[in-house]
Amino acid sequence: MSYVAIKGGGHAIAGAAAVTEYLRTEEGLGNPAAEPLAIDAILHQLRHLVDRVVSEGGVYHPQFAALAIKQSLGDTLEAAFALRAWRSTRPRLSATPPLDTSRMRLIRRISSAFKDIPGGQMLGPTPDYALRLLRLELMDESPDAFRAVARNWLEKCPEAQLPDTFPKVLDALRAEGLLPPVTATRGQTAFDITREPLVFPVPRSAQLATMARAETGSLLAIAYSNMRGYGDVHPTVAELRVGYLPVMLPHPVTGELVEAGEVLITECEVVAMYDVQDAQVPRAQRCAGAAEADETGGKPVFTLGYGACFGHNEVKAISMAILDRALQKGMKDGASNPSEDPEFVLLHVDGVDSMGFASHYKMPHYVTFQSDLDRLRTTQQKSGEPA
Amino acid sequence: MNAMSHTQADNAYNFGFLDEYAKKEVRRAILKAIAIPGYQVPYASREMPMGRGFGTGGLQLTLSLIGPDEVVKVIDQGSDDSVNAVNLRRFIEMTCPGVSTTTATTECTLIQSRHRIPELPLTAQQIIVLQVPYPDPLVVVEPSEDKRKIMHGEADYSRLLVKLYEDIVKFDEITISHRYPTRINGHYVIDPSPIPRWDVPKLNDSAALTLFGAGREKKIYAVPPHTIAEPLAFSDVPFRVEDFRDEQGRRRACARCGCVDSFLDEFVADSGSKTYQCSDSDWCDMQLQQVKPLQGKPA
Repeated sequence: MSYVAIKGGGHAIAGAAAVTEYLRTEEGLGNPAAEPLAIDAILHQLRHLVDRVVSEGGVYHPQFAALAIKQSLGDTLEAAFALRAWRSTRPRLSATPPLDTSRMRLIRRISSAFKDIPGGQMLGPTPDYALRLLRLELMDESPDAFRAVARNWLEKCPEAQLPDTFPKVLDALRAEGLLPPVTATRGQTAFDITREPLVFPVPRSAQLATMARAETGSLLAIAYSNMRGYGDVHPTVAELRVGYLPVMLPHPVTGELVEAGEVLITECEVVAMYDVQDAQVPRAQRCAGAAEADETGGKPVFTLGYGACFGHNEVKAISMAILDRALQKGMKDGASNPSEDPEFVLLHVDGVDSMGFASHYKMPHYVTFQSDLDRLRTTQQKSGEPA
Repeated sequence: MNAMSHTQADNAYNFGFLDEYAKKEVRRAILKAIAIPGYQVPYASREMPMGRGFGTGGLQLTLSLIGPDEVVKVIDQGSDDSVNAVNLRRFIEMTCPGVSTTTATTECTLIQSRHRIPELPLTAQQIIVLQVPYPDPLVVVEPSEDKRKIMHGEADYSRLLVKLYEDIVKFDEITISHRYPTRINGHYVIDPSPIPRWDVPKLNDSAALTLFGAGREKKIYAVPPHTIAEPLAFSDVPFRVEDFRDEQGRRRACARCGCVDSFLDEFVADSGSKTYQCSDSDWCDMQLQQVKPLQGKPA
């Protein structure tokens, strides 16, 4: 009687890697003009892919993000995963103090709350109002034409008298007493999700950090559930800004803050309608962390949601801001739908976790399946027996 | 010996891949897990370069415990040559230069395993690390981790026992096939990882330390050596392992080595006929060396 060979696993893995590499380089078959995808080309021409991967990978390293995109053949989940795994090998050497986003070098900032805002609306690079028509002329773009576009744009660009920084829209609302005042959090260090496990209930900084490196689609899906009915946050985008944020680090010798570089980030602040009940609930019944009425002496105020992430990822930042608001509500009043439940949201939005677990079902499970068979056969046998 | 000195020149990764702070953190969590048998210790699990669910929790334990003199065995489904076992072993060899790997249960000091505990009883000199997808046995009755933590603290497993009872009412059998809830040292009930029920008794009074690593769920727990491990059952409905008897009630034997007291994998041939073979490939090889005359003649 034959038996199944127990050798061959190693060869199979090597073969799978080789055939994947074949797919990556297949274009070179009989095509002398074929060139490998340059990291610079990915960084520039596929920049939103890089933005997504640095954000979900949780480490600001655009070059390695581009490399990860290249080696994963453009699979964002895989690329973010490779970047995250690389991050595991790096020790944490220092931490920045909270960074002031009003100092961002902006490429875009808008507010949907006001027609005009101090500093002005600045549309910047966005596809928001573009017609999504296929640009067939790009099918066979000539290198010369390609090189001329950016040069021509810069030449025609007027020397703008733009200020270095723009005021935050929220500051105006806050000055009018329409928002809860900023509570002092000095001395409270932000929760580092890469060094501490989430043990619920978790502080807001842990929630924000988890969402900041969440998988975009997962975050969007849960935020969308809140927007369209399984929730009651009706947000207005007070401000959405995209730009380069100076990163300040304490100098290793003097301890003085020095600018170590800058990171491209997207930041979104949403304002939601106040809850009428907020003003009526007696102070004693309010749990810690509840903002609004208490801090303004019982007056109802708007509520806030905050989102920020590495890279130019507007849908992600908006989704995060909506969920931040929803989670704060859930923490205060108890979750009345999934998007307000911190465990539900925070434990299901990480791309590395969820894609890994979905993929693991492809691994052999024959021992546990043998166990399942044993149970099913026994129960079937018993159900066939006369009682 | 300074582990940093093992850093491989060609990939610039630290010995054991993880940075030293991460390894220390995992070791501290392991010590706590041993001190509170069966308690799920939360830790900040790191991302590994293989998928969550492929053994990243177990791997973090292995890489944190591994020393330059270690002899490591990696199995998946009982086999040293299963694709995932090969992959993990190769990664350990790559990131831990100087460490030996083996397929022989008798030779190893550290075993990383998915879904099986070797048939050969382990010794006090050995540690077995099991890969865990779901660390909490209460997840079948309570989705909220916050609430489950309270239930564990109070040793409140009533809803789990009700589930077993309902099984008996509905099916006249407890239908839990693997991941069988097991009470450790009279308090915490653990999910012993997806080992078959066949392997659960091996946890009880084991000479070896058993560690459980759940990377995605970020938990570490342990069954220390010589600790009581009892699968949940009722006095009139005892715990039962998988039944490998044929229609005539005879114990099936391994088609390869003839063993009649090991966990068997079932194979369906193209013709539709079934054969059975030891799931533990090293055990099968050992039996083959000892009892050559029985080879290839199943009952």
